[in-house]
Amino acid sequence: MSTTIENRRRVAARSGTPILSRLSESRNGLGLLFMLPAAVFLLCFLTYPLGLGIWLGFTDTSIGRSGIFIGLENYEWLWHDSVFWLSVFNTLLYTSVASVLKFILGLWLALILNEHLPFKNLFRAIILLPWVVPTVLSALAFWWIFDSQFSIISWVLMEWGLIERPINFLGDPNNARASVIAANVWRGIPFVAICLLAGLQTIPQSLHEAAALDGASSWQRFRYVTLPLLTPIIAVVMTFSVLFTFTDFQLIYVLTRGGPVNATHLMATLSFQRAIPGGQLGEGAAIAVAMIPFLLGAILFSFFGLQRRKWQQGSAD
Amino acid sequence: MTDQAIATKTATDDIAGLDQHDTLMRRLVVIYLPLFVFVFVLLFPFYWMAITAIKPNHQLTNYQDYSPFWVIRPTLEHIRYLLFDTSYPGWLWNTMIVSIFSTIISLAASIFAAYAIERIRFSGARVTGMMIFLAYLVPPSILFIPLAFIVFQVGIYDTRLALILTYPTFLIPFCTWLLMGYFRSIPFELEESALVDGATRWQILTKIVLPLAVPGLISAGIFAFTLSWNEFIYALTFISSSENKTVPVGVLTELVRGDVYEWGALMSGALIGSLPVVILYSFFVDYYVSSMTGAVKE
Repeated sequence: MSTTIENRRRVAARSGTPILSRLSESRNGLGLLFMLPAAVFLLCFLTYPLGLGIWLGFTDTSIGRSGIFIGLENYEWLWHDSVFWLSVFNTLLYTSVASVLKFILGLWLALILNEHLPFKNLFRAIILLPWVVPTVLSALAFWWIFDSQFSIISWVLMEWGLIERPINFLGDPNNARASVIAANVWRGIPFVAICLLAGLQTIPQSLHEAAALDGASSWQRFRYVTLPLLTPIIAVVMTFSVLFTFTDFQLIYVLTRGGPVNATHLMATLSFQRAIPGGQLGEGAAIAVAMIPFLLGAILFSFFGLQRRKWQQGSAD
Repeated sequence: MTDQAIATKTATDDIAGLDQHDTLMRRLVVIYLPLFVFVFVLLFPFYWMAITAIKPNHQLTNYQDYSPFWVIRPTLEHIRYLLFDTSYPGWLWNTMIVSIFSTIISLAASIFAAYAIERIRFSGARVTGMMIFLAYLVPPSILFIPLAFIVFQVGIYDTRLALILTYPTFLIPFCTWLLMGYFRSIPFELEESALVDGATRWQILTKIVLPLAVPGLISAGIFAFTLSWNEFIYALTFISSSENKTVPVGVLTELVRGDVYEWGALMSGALIGSLPVVILYSFFVDYYVSSMTGAVKE
């Protein structure tokens, strides 16, 4: 970065010709010129806000009033805030349960789709639909499905004589947790399944044939051929999945808004609640910043997943 | 070990030796039944959405006299109400404008950035590529508070411009990352021969690279459009007046009033709001899949 800027200065200072044409003659100058639009956007609306967010976490800024530096006070306050810790617990529970379920069901669906099926492309297209439709709008459908009085699930179970009265899906803390996780898994399965399917299709059939000739059962072929070759892509897909689940906001906001009694508040929804309707921008920013260590962990995990993949493929670049 | 191997070998041999009917039964149980369950569960919410959208109000909650799974004398009343008595058409229009403009901006910026990183190879190109990937991993839920602060100070709070300018923050990293993969697949020799023939970088980009990367551009464009259409947290935070809202925000904040939910109108709103992306998706399924898996595989 700094070399390109120096380069630009040097080129601009050297002659009277228009900077643009001088710039486009050197490799670095042209690179800078081409990077400029993207860099401006990302620096102004991504890097700067990221820094600003960290700074806001150290201030008592609220809506309509610029704050002053108060050090770690927000974090001390959060440290003793049971609702914050509940949201951390909820986020970890939500992320871990939903990710494990998405992985198992997604892998299962990918393996099914990898078989010889009629209308395979049609199935693939249909299965991706939950992921394509706006989350808020599909979450509204779930809200109606989870209605406390007229839930279709309750009705079917009552018709079958399995339960006596409607299940209070979103009113009871544990039911609410299970319901939002179910809705999240529903939306996440297609992403995991289609990405893993793409990975499965890169595994050469000849390896399976060789293993089968050596007498491997279908379980052994899955365990010792498919799974090891799929591991790198599983690492990347699951990192993305964990990242998106951990920072989820929309689903909770539509279904429960964090209720009942904060049982489904995630860190993202709590951060929103404190910052925007509550007006405490500083405190909200502090909660958002508290998510960063977890995200860094996931990103490092992804990085090493990618590295291992490169190494396995024997690629130099 | 050897015993086990022999045992499994005979087992597989047995399976291979069974007649066609049994293999079909096995396939039915192991493949088609789970597939059917998956498809049913994944599609049921859409069916429920659609059937609710056309149910007359008196059938909506009366499960005794009418089967909830079917509708007798469907009505377009909810859709009519949505289109003529609410600001819904305005929200559709806003979402369309915001999605189209932010997609165009992101695509343009990403083409240049991806080409610079992949082909001009200025010093620090690899580091820049890595930074772009990291930028893709920064989630909107930790950026919306400082962005709201900035949007307010710049004076574009409660305008469509606020969304058009902020959506590229998650679109540019994604599109750049995707296009880098496409540009990498275009042979170097083509560019070299153009250089020898005296073409400038600009001519190479517009006349050689871009025409070859059209599938990549379509993939990135469709994906970016869908992502902007689905965006929620920025639109919820930066927009306050009804006429500037996007579909997801409008449906949730304006159609949900009090304790009596108008499920018919809500579900029609969700259905119509989903249609544009679903239609776009159905035309370009393969591009969509390749962009989704491409971003992960690179």
